[in-house]
Amino acid sequence: MEWIIGLQALLQATVRMAAPLTFTAVGETYGERAGVINIGLEGLMLIGAVVAYAVAFASGNIWLGVLAAGLAAMVFGMLFGVVTITLGANQIVAGAALNLVGLGLSSFIYRAFFGTVTDRAIQPLEAVKIPLLSQIPVLGPVLFEQNMLVYMALLLAPLAAWVLNRTMLGLAIRSVGEHPKATATAGLSVIGLRYGAVAFGALLAGVGGAYLSVAYANQFVENMVAGRGFIALAIVVFGRWSPLGALWASLLFGFTFALQLRLQAANIQIAYQFLQILPYVATIVAMILLRGQSAQPKALGIPYTERA
Amino acid sequence: MRDWRLEIENILTMTTTTLSRQTGAALWRNVALPILAILAALLVGALMLAISGFDVAAAYSALWSGIFGNARNLGEAMLRATPLILIGAGIAIAFRCGIWNIGAEGQFYMGAAAGAFIGLTASDLPAWLSIPMALLAGALCGGLWAAIAGWLKVRLGLNEVVTTIMLNYIAIGIVGYLVTGPMQEASRYNPQTDEIAAGMVLPRLFSGMRVHAGFLLALIVPVLAAILLFRTPRGFALRAVGFNPEAAQHAGINVNRQYMLAIGLSGAAAGLAGAVEVLGVIGRLYENISPGYGFTGIAVSLLAANHPVGTIFSGLLFGALTTGAELMQLTAKIPSAMTFILQGLIIAFLVSFRAMQGRVWRRG
Repeated sequence: MEWIIGLQALLQATVRMAAPLTFTAVGETYGERAGVINIGLEGLMLIGAVVAYAVAFASGNIWLGVLAAGLAAMVFGMLFGVVTITLGANQIVAGAALNLVGLGLSSFIYRAFFGTVTDRAIQPLEAVKIPLLSQIPVLGPVLFEQNMLVYMALLLAPLAAWVLNRTMLGLAIRSVGEHPKATATAGLSVIGLRYGAVAFGALLAGVGGAYLSVAYANQFVENMVAGRGFIALAIVVFGRWSPLGALWASLLFGFTFALQLRLQAANIQIAYQFLQILPYVATIVAMILLRGQSAQPKALGIPYTERA
Repeated sequence: MRDWRLEIENILTMTTTTLSRQTGAALWRNVALPILAILAALLVGALMLAISGFDVAAAYSALWSGIFGNARNLGEAMLRATPLILIGAGIAIAFRCGIWNIGAEGQFYMGAAAGAFIGLTASDLPAWLSIPMALLAGALCGGLWAAIAGWLKVRLGLNEVVTTIMLNYIAIGIVGYLVTGPMQEASRYNPQTDEIAAGMVLPRLFSGMRVHAGFLLALIVPVLAAILLFRTPRGFALRAVGFNPEAAQHAGINVNRQYMLAIGLSGAAAGLAGAVEVLGVIGRLYENISPGYGFTGIAVSLLAANHPVGTIFSGLLFGALTTGAELMQLTAKIPSAMTFILQGLIIAFLVSFRAMQGRVWRRG
């Protein structure tokens, strides 16, 4: 029976590790479906992580921290929008700048305001057992004995998929990433839709970052996002630009993280670096296997101007 | 009969005015706008410092003296600039060709690993042979690592932005494995290699300063890159692909070959930077050897308008910002993370200004 408990713990950790990736990747899926690629997710997540931690620390309320993190990241997402959507600057370049600003700003805020604070712990976000469902063997603890943010991530993906695929708003977002001129001809605002999608994506990246500090580590550590923003970018591709695909890909990446930590903890003599690089190799392999039937939005990365 | 002297005079005045208009525009674009962007970034930085309750004047005067305070600080800025210039000059080639190599970080790691490998094994050879061997091995490994992404792009059509980012983490993982496994130091204590042979350490340029002969490479490589880009048919083909790949294809240029060459060269420059860092500063290989040089190198290239020679200046500026920020942290107690904020802001303002200028011209 011991292996079942081990498996259960492994899967529980998988879901826990996948949640921040799900938030960020679902948000970025919206942005990219609207035609805007934001490689600055890492920076946005860092801003979310530090703001959530600082606000939760000061107010004693974790949810206030999560909200502030989302809003702060959204502000930076809007600034990114001004540069890339309104001014039409190159999105890769602006995203690289956003990463630098996010990395610097998060460390700056933390050092400037918490440099002298010694007791930096915050109340962790506790797991909420869902009655009955959490009694199911293995699956119960894995899916129904997590914190609220994990539930939100799990529900977000199907909801986002429904909006994107089944509503007029979703249709408008998809069309603006495929053929912005046609969208404009139909009387919709290309600029407005893109701002909306980018702001939504940034908000979710902020929540993803907040998850790391207030729901996972219960503290802020400099550069704690540790590449997850870039992984989210890969997840969007891996998930073929669909919110549900992003959820599955997040779970896969979460699984490799969880497995790697367990093997390291169990001191098993496998070079853990090979597990570390597994998700990145898997992404490239998946891209190779799925090539040709590309789901990439046609107008991705191309600034829109009314004239052209 | 036409007055041919008048004709020639006309042509001459026309060419000189277009020429001067062009150089004026180029000056504006490549010199004035970056300076404006730097000023704007410093201004926003000052606002941020003031809001956070720091003494702005003390902060910026510490930053200034951290850069120009004494010759030693300048030498330190040159030291910090060396990898940034090498990486930036390479990225300039890739970006000019329209291939988005975000993978300089990984290419730097692979170059550092190759440089360290030669540094540990070739100690019996004379330095005039072993040092160039180590540097070449670094460039070769970095170039081959980048070529993977190039090959995936031209053969299988995979987006290089994503593959180069993935290859970054794979390279970092491989180096992590090397320094805890096959290449770990004899005592097996830390995740690092032994020190490379003393004879292979790059000579220092001035006594009492850490800046080493690698800085000379950081002056030579950008010039070579610029000659390639702007003075050879090959460079013309690279830039033509960057302007418009379809038109280049129609003009008979082998687009895929240019892509491979551009990303390979850019990876080689980053790999060379890695080997130079190992031989010149660190003296060994360890985990997380780069503080994000590959990503800062992108900013260095952009600030230089993707002109290789310009990266010498932008690299020096970013190197100086790093050393200046360290003094700022020491004396004015301002977190040195301020450097990253300033660097990011400079790039953000610069691309915005350039985009705005483009808009104004399109309207006019």
